[in-house]
Order: sequence, then structure tokens, then C-alpha cells
Amino acid sequence: MNTPEPVRIDRRAAIKWMMAAGAGAALLGPRSLLGAPGTAPAHGYGTDPATTKPYSPGDIWPLVLSGAQRREVAALSDVILPAEGGAPSASSVGVTDFIDEWASAPYPDNVEDGRVITAGLAWLEAESVRRHGAVFADLGDAQRLGLCEEMSKDAPEGSAHEAISKFFRLFRNLVCTGYYSTPVGMKDLGYVGNVPLARFEGPPPELVAKLGLADEVRW
Amino acid sequence: MAFVTPSSALDKYDVIVVGSGAAGGQAAYTLTMAGARVLMLEAGRNYDPQAETPMFQTNDQAPLRGAGTPDKPFGFYDATVGGGWSVPGEPYTNASDESERQFQWWRSRMLGGRTNHWARHSLRNGPYDFKPRSRDGLGFDWPISYEDVAPYYDKVEMLIGVYGNNNGLENTPDSPEGCLLPPPKARIGELLAKQRGRSLGIPVIPIHRAVLSAPLDHERIPAKLHPGNLKAQRILAGDMRNRAACFWATSCGRGCAIRANYQSTTVHIPPAMATGNLDVLVDAMVREVTVDSSGKATGVTYIDKVRKQEHHASARVIVLAASACETARLLLNSKSNHFPNGLANSSGLVGKYIMDTVGAGWGGQIPLLENLPSYNEDGAGGLHVYAPWWLYKQQLAGKLGFARGYHVEFGTGKGMPGANAPYVSDAGGRTVFGAKMKEEARRYYGSHIWFSGRGEMIPNEDSYCEIDPKVVDTWGIPVLRFNWKWSDHETRQAAHMQRTFADWITAMGGTNAKQPDASGKKAISQGGYVIHEVGGTIMGSAPGSSVTNRWSQTWDVPNVFVADGAVFASNADKNPTLTIMALAWRAADRILEEMSRGNL
Repeated sequence: MNTPEPVRIDRRAAIKWMMAAGAGAALLGPRSLLGAPGTAPAHGYGTDPATTKPYSPGDIWPLVLSGAQRREVAALSDVILPAEGGAPSASSVGVTDFIDEWASAPYPDNVEDGRVITAGLAWLEAESVRRHGAVFADLGDAQRLGLCEEMSKDAPEGSAHEAISKFFRLFRNLVCTGYYSTPVGMKDLGYVGNVPLARFEGPPPELVAKLGLADEVRW
Repeated sequence: MAFVTPSSALDKYDVIVVGSGAAGGQAAYTLTMAGARVLMLEAGRNYDPQAETPMFQTNDQAPLRGAGTPDKPFGFYDATVGGGWSVPGEPYTNASDESERQFQWWRSRMLGGRTNHWARHSLRNGPYDFKPRSRDGLGFDWPISYEDVAPYYDKVEMLIGVYGNNNGLENTPDSPEGCLLPPPKARIGELLAKQRGRSLGIPVIPIHRAVLSAPLDHERIPAKLHPGNLKAQRILAGDMRNRAACFWATSCGRGCAIRANYQSTTVHIPPAMATGNLDVLVDAMVREVTVDSSGKATGVTYIDKVRKQEHHASARVIVLAASACETARLLLNSKSNHFPNGLANSSGLVGKYIMDTVGAGWGGQIPLLENLPSYNEDGAGGLHVYAPWWLYKQQLAGKLGFARGYHVEFGTGKGMPGANAPYVSDAGGRTVFGAKMKEEARRYYGSHIWFSGRGEMIPNEDSYCEIDPKVVDTWGIPVLRFNWKWSDHETRQAAHMQRTFADWITAMGGTNAKQPDASGKKAISQGGYVIHEVGGTIMGSAPGSSVTNRWSQTWDVPNVFVADGAVFASNADKNPTLTIMALAWRAADRILEEMSRGNL
């Protein structure tokens, strides 16, 4: 999908475009899998992909975000999940590539999300330039945080802010998906499975006791 | 004998089995272990779970973090090959444009069929489930009873390996000693649901699942399953030794490379192959059953999908095990002078009385489960416990407003993170982000519970499949057109499910963000969604009111048997796969007897 140079879009135009993009995606439905007229059709992985080999974003369909957009995705991702304690930030574990992969994928839901993402990024660039005279990725921490605080507010249906609010919620969810599915993210979350065990011991007795469930373990 | 091509297949077999899933696998196993020569035809490609299963792959190694897509609706690592809801080149249609009148049809195109993708829930139908009409006046009684099927449930459980225990609950049969493997311990959220369910009168007990919680007893079981057949005993004992017990990691939906769970590719087909009596032809799409001038079946016509050529295979007996609707389609497409309305269809009932399972879900967040210390709760790659239907008496007394029951499956715990993130409250009118997001993720991860009701649908006149008069698939074979309607019994049951689950969440200390659907019309899932479709060639006690007899043998063509779920005369809330296997084994025994008597 071709995106107009973000900084040239003013806020009102961006919102209008975002609304239109959302409506258009709904109308396209599954047919959008075939690609828009005049563009090369992108293909998914099909109904019989090899599942045992590891994949990286870009292996199956081309990534379409521009360099400027990817810089912005990385910066926004790191406000959403910053480095903290010993844990690295979102962009340092591949979240930028994941969001690019998601927004570039040919599947109907992804096409729709891709439009929301590119439109949201366009709005954010324009707003950063308008307020602070620089693109989002070049802003200071306080300026980035201020814009995110604003985007994070829930918006009433039909209000001008609704599309921005929805963009931010979607983007936050994708950052979390991208982050917590990595080894670093799984560790941060406390997922300790996916290792073979000789026996399944169930929950530790002290945990069972703490929740008052000691009488429940017998059948 | 092994994998064959159209040119290397024999001129004639004892039995042709169409399909390689639960029914085809079981029928082929039973027949070949007894010495019959069998050709199995599978419409999909060969599939080797030992080589192809992604056992420890994490979601960051998958496209889109493993999220479901139209190519892989249940996620990238789901074992299904062929698309599931939508198989390329092989469409189906619905007669109605209204979504609530439509049926979704899940298919796979791989050896082992849909046994490579299932929950492994292996519940026996109870005595009521075979005689529902006698109990409440609705639907149909089966021509067989629980006592007829029980010995086959015993045998299937011992063969495939099922964990669970006996609880002596109403219409929830116990298994004889020596049939079940020990149930795994319950996870912490399952224990909480058990404790709090008690205040609502809901029993929570170990579920029965086809997963080896311990190695199979290869010294005892083969002699019990194949008395007097030393060759079969030797083959089965050897094969059981090659199946590892569960190592308590990776979801069963991916398949199982160590053969710890049941797929026909991990349990039925390897020993059947080892007999030397089984030939398997993959990428073979059966078009029709052929008959001779006397109306007896002679074989099947099939399309070699790879070389795009049509061939014929011959046998004394044809076993249809293509899945309920595909079997109905095959019979309806088998038209001849003898059978102008399709094979075995003198009753006009082929394709009629398709039933799915009623599904409704409800989820919630449980504060008591927040911030708990982590432990490895992957477990057996699926459920450890469930709630069987518990309101038989109230229902029979007419107090519920719907006639049949449901069981409850529920999922809790810290599963492997993937496209299901984030774990967050988003309270206070804001999308949480930053350090607070990380804090909330640690707090809320593993604190959610999701309930799925799985209920009985009563067969009705408005739910059936037929041949679409206009549409053919890429092989030129006319496709199915579905008609669907839930009755009030099902929608009210779905409403009862959501109400119950909302109460259960309250009892666990959670709050319900919204109210359950009181009508059930929004709560109920679309027809086909639970992928438990059965019926279409129901069995009965008379040729005018059923398609097969009590042996799953078609009334009209004695050498054609239906081994899959198409013969179900009712669809109990119990997941159908175990019953499909028990009936397939029983039908295969009948075929062997009739062949030895010279009747087939």
C-alpha cells in the first residue's frame, strides 16, 4: 500500500482518510485478498505451509512500511513497552518487524489493520511536526509521552478523536503481542512452560493452600 | 503393501475404505488386523506427524505470531492441512443468505483427516443418549443401546489411550477397570472453578482425553483386543512400545510427533500398515460408488489429484468414512439406473438430519488468580477437567425450557503467549501503556477463564445437506448445499449456558462486564462451528425411516457400510469422536463376520 508522505498530511485530512480507509476495508471483505486493481497481488502462506521451520517477517510477503514509518513504529513501540529493569524495549526484540509484517499481510483483517496503522502513523507524524516541529521519532521523551497520553484516552463513538483512540489501542495490542511472544517477553510475563517434563505435578501445594483449595485436589 | 499409486494398487481388494480419519482409521485397523486386504483412499496429501509436527516452536517463529488467518483459522501451528473452513477449489454453498441459517463446514485434506485437529475429548455416550425419544419424545432412538456399544468403547479406550477416571454420575458412564489411564492433576484455575462450581451444583471431574498420561500396557492390552490373533497382538505390542507418554508440553492441536495423543496417523494407520494388508492411496478424491447391473456395489471412481486423472478401484465391500457430510455427498452423487436419487437413498433420507453441537461461550477475569507465582501448567496440552451435564432430573421434569443437556469445557492458566496478548484492564477510560502496561501484564496474565458450553442438538427437518444443482468443485464433482436451523431447544440451551457461566464467574469472585444473552440467539454459535457434525445417513430399525441398519450397513446396498458420524441418530453433548471409533470397529467386525459367512 502506498502511503502519501506523512508530514504533508494535515490532521483533518488524516482523520478523514482514516475514516474512509476503515469503511473501505469493510466493503472489500475477503475479496481484498486478491489485492487492489493495478497492484501486484500479495499471497499468504497458503493452506499447507511448512510449520516446523522458523519464519521471519518478510519471508512470505514483502514488508511495505517505509523507512520513516518504521522509525516511527519503533519509537511509538518503545513508549508503549520501554526498557525497564533488566528487560529490553519492544523495538529491540523485533516488534517493529512484527508490526510491519502485520500491516503488510494480505489477509482481510490485516489489510484493514494496515490501513488503520498507516493512517494513524500519518496523523501522528503530522501532529508531531505541527506541535513540535519534528517527526515523532525525533521528539524528546516528554513530547512523545504527551502525544501518547492524548491518544490513549477513550473517545465517544463518532467523535473526532475516535479513530486516533482506536489506532492507539490496536497498536498497543500489537506491540504486546509482538513483545510477549518473544523469549524475553515470555520471561517477563512469567511463562515457564514449553519444556518436556517427566511428570506433571500440578500447582505447588503452597499455592493451592494459599487459595484455600487443598480439599479440591482429590477426586 | 504400503503407500500405492493408481498404477501400483491391486486390481481388487476385500474392502475399500474412503477416508483416513477416526472412522476410516479404525475400520482399516480392525479389518487389516483380522487379515482383510484393504485399500484406503484419502482426498488429501500424505502426512507424517513424526516429521511434520511443530512441537516446541514458539509463536515468534511463526508468521503473524501464530495468529489465525483464512489459511489457518486455528492459528499457524494448528495441524490442519487444506484450509479448514474453506478448502481451495472445493467450495460448498448455503441455501440461505441469513447467517443463522447457514452451516460452516470444516474439512482437512491430509492423511488422518480431522483427527489431526481435535480436542481429544473422548466421552462415552450414556444410556439415555441412545434412546432419547423414549426419554422425552423428541428426535430418534438409535436401533442399538449403550450395552451394544459399551464393549467397543472399552476396546477403543484401551487401543488409543484415554486418561480420565470414574465418577458414577448419571448418564456419564464409568469405564471398566483397565480401560483408562490416570487423569493429570488439575491446574490452579481448574481447582478454583471446581470449588466455586459446587455452590451452583455443578460437578467438576477429570475429563476423558485421548492422551497418554502414562505408557500403554503393551503386555496386557494386545491380547485383550485381539484374542487368538497372535500376529495382531505382536504388531500392536510393538507399536504401543513406540508410542511415548506425554511429556507435558506443546498443545495437542499441533499434532504429536511422539505419538502421545490419538490421531489416526499416530495410532491406527501404523499398525494397520505393519500387517501388510493395508494399501493407502493419498490425493485420491472419490467421486462415486459404482454398482453392477444387480445393484451391488463394485468399487469407487476417484480422481488422482496429482495427475488429474480418473481411476476406478474394486472391492467386495465399500466402507464410507469420509466425514458425515462428505459421505452423504458421495452417496447423493452416486446416481445410476438402479439408484436415480443417489445410492442407498430409497428412504430419501441421505443428507437429512445433519446435527452439530450447540456452542456458546463466556469469559471473565478472576481477581483471585491475579499475580500468582508461576508454575509450569502446560499439562497435557488441553483440558484436564470439565463439568458433565448435571440437570437431568430438572430437565426431565420440564423445568428448563429445553430438552437436552450440555457439558462445560473451560480453559484457564498461563498458556504460551502468542496473538492473544495483551493482559490488561484498560480501566479508567484509557488504553494502558508504558511501565503500567508491563505491570498489568504480569498481574493479569493467567487470571482469565473461558467457558465453552457443548450441548446436544435435536435433529430437525430444516437442517440438511443436498447437492447444489449448479456448482461443481475443481474436479467437476457437484458440491453440497447446506440448509440449517436451530430450534428453540438449542437457543434456549445456549442462553442457559451463558447465564450459568456468568453466575460461575461471579461465584469465582469475578465480575461480568456485560449481561449474558437472555434469548440465546446471539449466544449460539453458527451451525458447523463446533465441528461435530453428524447425521446424514442415520441408522434405524426400518428401511423407510433410516439409511443404515444397526450394523451401519446401508439397507439398500448390503455391501456398502457407513463408518463415520453420518450414522448418528442423535448427537449427545458428548464429543462424537470416541463413538465414531466404537461404531466403526463394530461395523468392521460385522463386515468380517459377514465376509466369513459368505454373505459379502
